[in-house]
Amino acid sequence: MSRVDPRIAVVVFPGSNDHDDAAWALAALGADPVPVWHGDPRLPDVAAVVLPGGFSYGDYLRPGAIARFAPVMDAVRAFAGAGGPVLGICNGFQVLCEAKLLPGVLRPNASLSFVCRDVRVRVEQPNTPFTARCDSGQTLTIPVKHGDGCFFAPPDVLAELEARGQVVFRYAEGENPNGSVADVAGVVNARGNVMGLMPHPEHAVDPLLGSGDGALVLASLVETARHRELAAA
Amino acid sequence: MLVRPKDGILDPQGQAVESSLRQLGFAVAQARVGRVVDLDVDAPTPAAARAAVERMCEQLLANPLIERFHVEIAVPAPGEAERPVEA
Repeated sequence: MSRVDPRIAVVVFPGSNDHDDAAWALAALGADPVPVWHGDPRLPDVAAVVLPGGFSYGDYLRPGAIARFAPVMDAVRAFAGAGGPVLGICNGFQVLCEAKLLPGVLRPNASLSFVCRDVRVRVEQPNTPFTARCDSGQTLTIPVKHGDGCFFAPPDVLAELEARGQVVFRYAEGENPNGSVADVAGVVNARGNVMGLMPHPEHAVDPLLGSGDGALVLASLVETARHRELAAA
Repeated sequence: MLVRPKDGILDPQGQAVESSLRQLGFAVAQARVGRVVDLDVDAPTPAAARAAVERMCEQLLANPLIERFHVEIAVPAPGEAERPVEA
């Protein structure tokens, strides 16, 4: 008999601070979250991986620059290489970019100010394991909270991302909170199984807290993970 | 080694410094803010030290998408202050 709740790893780095919220949200949406310490060179038997928000290794040097050398990242790289879905939220996005699992880089906000507020983001690409529950062009309200969220990619790389439909989320008009090029809020890799985004879907899974829109993103991931477990069973 | 934002890359920190200097009455056309990393490296020759530091820059200390780096080597001599031998 296959497990009912798909297991999803939530990696914890020193300085992560959103892993508990991510785990709580995943559990609320029907997954079995498994905390994984950054020093573990292996991943447990899981169907998806989440790199949570926070300030891993104090954001020293550049956000994500040190975390990408954590022992667990070799396992995450292998997991992604085998087609496993990997979602990086905020600091997790920064780590994935520094690890070169995603293109581009997150730079200090153009305002130099930390931003913490709800933003509206448009779903540009519903055809991913992370947005299957969303409609194309749908606007989601999800909070951001970061000091280094300014997405940058060289013009040729950005053109390629746009041409291939790898820009998954874009800040809605007038919403760009950090100066990101082309209002990019989230991107997926060419293969489509690794995504990073600056907004925090795990903080928007209950209308009581302002918005439940983030649940669409995480529920998409849970569904993907469930299908993977059933296929493997 | 010095890490600087590449030309053409938005540098909000540099812009903030620039506008503050202007407020103080200094005529500044542009300010760019980078980072200095001092490293003590055991190496047989200055060239070997440079090669090692360049590898460190490529793998960790700089992000080539947005930053360029510059390495200066100083060889300490006995009883002498450190002096740069290469710029």
